[in-house]
Amino acid sequence: MSSGFKLTVKLICMLAAMLLSTSAFAHQFSQGDIKIGHPWSRVTPSAAPVAGAYLTVTNSGSQPDRLTGGSTPIADRIEVHQMTMDDGIARMRPLPDGVEIAAGASVELAPGGIHLMLIKPNQQLIEGSSFKATLEFARAGTVEIEFVVQRNPTVETGSGNEHGGHTP
Amino acid sequence: MSGLRAFRLMVWAAIVVLGMFVIVSTQLSGGSPTGETSSGTAKVGGPFSLVSHTGERVDNQALAGRPYLVFFGFTYCPDICPTTLFELTDLMTELGPVADGFEVLFITVDPERDTQEALASYMTSFDSRILALRGTAAETDSALKAFSAYAKKVPLEAGEYTMDHTAGVFLMKSDGSFGGMMDMHEPRETRLEKLRRIARDQVTGS
Repeated sequence: MSSGFKLTVKLICMLAAMLLSTSAFAHQFSQGDIKIGHPWSRVTPSAAPVAGAYLTVTNSGSQPDRLTGGSTPIADRIEVHQMTMDDGIARMRPLPDGVEIAAGASVELAPGGIHLMLIKPNQQLIEGSSFKATLEFARAGTVEIEFVVQRNPTVETGSGNEHGGHTP
Repeated sequence: MSGLRAFRLMVWAAIVVLGMFVIVSTQLSGGSPTGETSSGTAKVGGPFSLVSHTGERVDNQALAGRPYLVFFGFTYCPDICPTTLFELTDLMTELGPVADGFEVLFITVDPERDTQEALASYMTSFDSRILALRGTAAETDSALKAFSAYAKKVPLEAGEYTMDHTAGVFLMKSDGSFGGMMDMHEPRETRLEKLRRIARDQVTGS
């Protein structure tokens, strides 16, 4: 089955690309009951007025918490936004109250859904670079993290619908 | 093992193709009761006239005889717009000279903030064959109408706003008729094949 073989080769290439790129390694930060998994931001075009950023929040406490936004030296501010696709139409809305993380729950901020938006970045985000940020939580307070800049999401096995992981 | 993987990918591809069919057919059936894909020519592909980020006027007549891709977006869009443009850049790089066979147009739905200068700077990050186009409010409306596309300004707090917009990539044949949609969630090989097919559709073809 040559197509199966080709796929295997492709997957091996993808894995190799992941291993070569330090940004693909999962990294995490925590503060009290809040754990932030692999915060990453998408590379931006030149002079882009906004940038998308993504992460996973886990709340291991017994009370719900809320991620309301944040700040970073490289942009005016960080807001929580939600993107939806309906009938081929993309809609993007700020979530001024942020996103709730129920007690014991985990919420993924990912492309095409709830995400963080950097307003007016003062520099272009280049693949492989990183920047510091402070996230604000209603209960846990502030959490210091560092975003890595990636061109594509870290490839997960088995999902099959994200084919961005090719060698640059 | 790899057979199972291939099967899983095939299932995903089937789901994506089915999903695309639903999206395209619902878009086409918007105004006319005969929403067949073949009658899409009546709904998608009409007159438009805009100015590129390099300052030239581009209209449907200038494109006559050339297949082309159209994508609507705006630079204040953090996710889907830059992602689509980066993806198109990657696909065009992979296709190499084959991608010379079609034009790629990124039409801003936000000409108010996306000035020619802003677009010129934005486009330096992508394949130089991609043209960003903008027009007056009326010209932008005509372009949207030409592709049965949708865009709406939505006010936010503090005088700011965002744009709702059609997010798929339109594939247009050399005779100006609609050649289908391309979704960035489709498998990469499907997207490459769609682009190869549209690139082959030169005047003598079809």
